[in-house]
Amino acid sequence: MTQAMERADFDLIASWVQPGERVLDLGCGDGSLLKRLIEERGAKGYGVELEDAEVLAAIANGINVIQGNLEQGLAGFDDQTFNHVVLSRTLQTVRHTERILGEMLRVGREAVVSFPNFAYWKNRMAVMAGRMPVSEDLPYEWFDTPNLRFFTLLDFESLCSKMGLVIRERQVLDEAGRQVTEEPNFLGSLAVYRLGR
Amino acid sequence: MSGVGLVAAQRAQFSQPLQLKGGGVLPAFDLVYETYGTLNAAKSNAILVCHALSGHHHVAGHTADNLANLGWWDNIVGPGRPLDTDRFFIVGVNNLGGCHGSTGPASPNPATGKPWGADFPVVTVEDWVDSHARLADHLGIDAWAATMGGSLGGMQALQWTLSYPQRVRHALVIAATPKLSAENIAFNDVARQAILTDPDFHGGHFYEHGVRPLRGLRLARMLGHITYLSDDQMAEKFGRRLRTGAGSYGFDVEFEIESYLRYQGDKFAGVFDANTYLRMTKALDYFDPALDYDGDLARALARASAKFLVVAFSTDWRFSPERSREIVHAMVHNGQEVAYAEINSAHGHDSFLMDEPHYHAVVDAYLKRIKL
Repeated sequence: MTQAMERADFDLIASWVQPGERVLDLGCGDGSLLKRLIEERGAKGYGVELEDAEVLAAIANGINVIQGNLEQGLAGFDDQTFNHVVLSRTLQTVRHTERILGEMLRVGREAVVSFPNFAYWKNRMAVMAGRMPVSEDLPYEWFDTPNLRFFTLLDFESLCSKMGLVIRERQVLDEAGRQVTEEPNFLGSLAVYRLGR
Repeated sequence: MSGVGLVAAQRAQFSQPLQLKGGGVLPAFDLVYETYGTLNAAKSNAILVCHALSGHHHVAGHTADNLANLGWWDNIVGPGRPLDTDRFFIVGVNNLGGCHGSTGPASPNPATGKPWGADFPVVTVEDWVDSHARLADHLGIDAWAATMGGSLGGMQALQWTLSYPQRVRHALVIAATPKLSAENIAFNDVARQAILTDPDFHGGHFYEHGVRPLRGLRLARMLGHITYLSDDQMAEKFGRRLRTGAGSYGFDVEFEIESYLRYQGDKFAGVFDANTYLRMTKALDYFDPALDYDGDLARALARASAKFLVVAFSTDWRFSPERSREIVHAMVHNGQEVAYAEINSAHGHDSFLMDEPHYHAVVDAYLKRIKL
């Protein structure tokens, strides 16, 4: 994904974090988001990452990165330790969807989740044309994608309702990172949610 | 690749008594140490490398009297290596109670003029850190850029941040644990029993009898060595291979693993001191910073102001990654600065000594963050 899109996603998340708040970034990669939250927002942050190369990059970036597998939950993290638990563009790669969402709101007061919208109009067009979509926010081919779960805004919101999660805020972006207000499940490429209990 | 080259040990003598956690007092003591690199003018670039059970002050380089005597952690120390001697001033020290030059059970007891033997006190990780602090004073080092160690050395690196929070800026706690499990202590006690029941032990006063409890020490080392390796590694390195192709239906050495362990046991028993071995294992057993905090590790670690790198190894079953995660999660609970890497390695507990590229890259990346 491009830097422009990273920033659009991160801009929103950064605007929700207040100085001094504690943030846990799940699947933090090289720690770019955390670094920004720490430097620009004065947050105190930790990241969880599985991949060796990303952990190494995060350490080099000065991030408090903890190597671990999200599929095994967040055992060891105490209840309600964080103001925000972020899962940026990662939920679609997690097998145990309900468990990770539940864990996020166990250890944090708020879950911030962003994911690619499978029902984005270009994705629909691709499927109509008989091909799996490859786009700015779904940049992989079907045979090499790390994504396990393909879902839409409506799908996600119905899961939230089933799990009793409260949607505090929703922002939807198009492929250029612009905010989408009309027909978000059709015009939105990336969705960013703030969830609570 | 060349490291730090030729090195020579130094000796520091301390005449002020050292109060020990176990209640005794050492009236005076010597510490033997080596240094690599140059202490900068601000004295802000010093790293203390703490050793594990069988280690010592000779961390890196070759000694002039024996060029084959390469330091035990040479692969990580030197110009361009993670503990970069172009940047850092590295200190390796032999712990009190050791058998490589620092005051220990074979040293003369000033009260009797004879070797301390069994009368040498049981020293703890806390005592070692207190003695290291005297060495830091001696070297003019107010605060370490980092304390670092693997296994028992990792416990010392951690204890430094608790005993002297203002004197440690970073700690690298590698292949360690916040306390030994019952299983860990069990292994240690079998090793101790091997030594204590050797007829040549003489209650710890064997020096006066002109003998050494070689059989006990050899068994202790063989047992310990099993716990440092992984099942996979042993299978790969030795499998069920026989030395002579067929079984002899007797009790001579037959399997390659037997040969290897006996060799390791003999080699170790030839150079190590049994009283030191007993004390090193006791220091391991007693280490438990949470004990004074109702077992609450987070409260125990809260007074540390250092930043931490915690590293564990996938096949380490002696101090498994779960144990390192306990340290990490206690620090996260406290909001302390900590990074944690779990290294895939086949070499069990001994992985911390290996030249594994990703592991060294992690240590290197962390140390490069340290501002001097």
